[in-house]
Amino acid sequence: MRNIIAISGGLSTPSSSRTLAEDLGREAVESLRSRGEQAAVELVELRDHAHAIMDNMLTGFPTGEFAELMERLVEADAIIVVTPTFSAGISGLVKSFFDVVEKEKLEGMPVLMAATGGTERHSLVIEYAMRPLFAYLKAIPVGTGVYAATSDFGGEGAAALRGRVQRAATELADVVAGAPRRVKQDDFVDFETLLRRSA
Amino acid sequence: MQFGIFTIGDVTTDPTNGRTPTEHERIMATVEIAKKAEEVGLDVFATGEHHNPPFIAPANPPILLAHIAAQTEKLLLSTATTLITTNDPVRLAEDYAYVQHLTGGRVDLMMGRGNTGPVYPWFGKDIRDGIRLAVENYALLHALWRNEVVDWEGQYRTPLHQFTATPRPLDGVPPFVWHGSIRSPEIAEQAAYYGDGFFHNNIFWPSYHTKRMVELYRARYEHYGHGAADQAIVGLGGQVFMRKNSQDAINEFRPYFDNAPVYGHGPSMEDFTRETPLTVGSPDQVIERYLGMRDIVGDYQRQLFLIDHAGLPLKTVLEQIDILGEEVVPVLRKEFAALKPAHVPDAPTHASLVEAAGGPKERVATEPQVDRWTGTRAEDDNELKEV
Repeated sequence: MRNIIAISGGLSTPSSSRTLAEDLGREAVESLRSRGEQAAVELVELRDHAHAIMDNMLTGFPTGEFAELMERLVEADAIIVVTPTFSAGISGLVKSFFDVVEKEKLEGMPVLMAATGGTERHSLVIEYAMRPLFAYLKAIPVGTGVYAATSDFGGEGAAALRGRVQRAATELADVVAGAPRRVKQDDFVDFETLLRRSA
Repeated sequence: MQFGIFTIGDVTTDPTNGRTPTEHERIMATVEIAKKAEEVGLDVFATGEHHNPPFIAPANPPILLAHIAAQTEKLLLSTATTLITTNDPVRLAEDYAYVQHLTGGRVDLMMGRGNTGPVYPWFGKDIRDGIRLAVENYALLHALWRNEVVDWEGQYRTPLHQFTATPRPLDGVPPFVWHGSIRSPEIAEQAAYYGDGFFHNNIFWPSYHTKRMVELYRARYEHYGHGAADQAIVGLGGQVFMRKNSQDAINEFRPYFDNAPVYGHGPSMEDFTRETPLTVGSPDQVIERYLGMRDIVGDYQRQLFLIDHAGLPLKTVLEQIDILGEEVVPVLRKEFAALKPAHVPDAPTHASLVEAAGGPKERVATEPQVDRWTGTRAEDDNELKEV
């Protein structure tokens, strides 16, 4: 069983970011199933954890349900991340979330990146803002990022969005099924080794 | 079990009246606080080490410790922490041995790496070498206190050839050392390797984390053959604010909490007290909470409370120490002692270390001491002659 966590930074109800996260999650499960892999998606709306994220930022440790989410996150087989485009970038809430994830914990994590926005003119936000973030975290963002403008949820754009969703989900499934992720363990070093390193 | 207080010497504006103490006021208040700790029967006073505002904790703690020692009789003086990364271990060996003599052995120290990033470059070091500095510098300090003549070569300081750190430790027994760390397993490992104490400063951390770090230290202490895991020497931090009625404590402390450095303007006081050792309430609530620490880390040897931060006025801090000494610590002392199995040791003191070493070993000169470098004696004319 593969566990995928789909993270939406959408703030409103209903939220187009949430809708896109659900869509990508469904499609990823479908793609994995066609490769003989069972998968489940947990949808997470960061709005529900907004206070906990900021508390973690200020105190240095996660608490309560948010701490449990953090544990599930680092053990997930893949994550889907959907951010609304705010002021030409990743939303502060989504960035703050990744700012408080312990560094190194997302190494090797397959990531499907997606963003929403009022207009398609912001579609490169995935390439200039999200991809460097996940490269820094040494995660494995798949090649196709999915951007959905408001107009893509109906009319002509909808079919093209459908195609991008399927392509990105297929790429994610390829990574997940092809090379199962190894969860990074805390590396313990004994003292003789520490002494040698410093000598 | 030892109980005491530790301070980081923060100069913080009192949020209830907007007044900020001067550095001089805060320094003299620190001395008052330490004297109060002895007066009410606490065992330990520990000072931080700081090199930047808004802190008045000394850059070299032995200066403050010697001053307090001269005005106290029994109080054990310690640090929280001594920066093992950016200080020269030779100076640490010399200064702490000296203060050990002045205090009659009433001193131990806690090593820490420091959490102010720029301190490293200020002292010509690189923060990325933090762990390696802690490992190498302590290895040298450890050797300087135990070997009269040391040859040394490492990465981080100039080599030493036939060097003797003076004065030699009192009675030939170095001060006991704790290693403080919040997150680094390497430091728990270091403490275990040497059979030193491990202090987890848990004041801003949830108990699951403290438990994990202490368990690692205990297991490794046993691995290195210093004793059983439950005989390892563990210290914890704590943070309390007390009034007779718990609601009075909550009301009085809330503005300090809400504006405090580190956690202010973040989680609510209710959330923070639930997740960390901070306890705001009646003395009974504090007793109950801290007795519970034993369930998390096992029998432990030292409990230090942070009591003087966030702009609390001196008068309030002294009242808090009174409550600790009169109502809280006597009960904790009795209850912990009743629960502690006989094979679990107390924290080492100078007396117990001297006894364990088979008595005091003072270096006694049998003939006039000659300077190894100049070939002269102290009373000789030591001026360099022009050639």
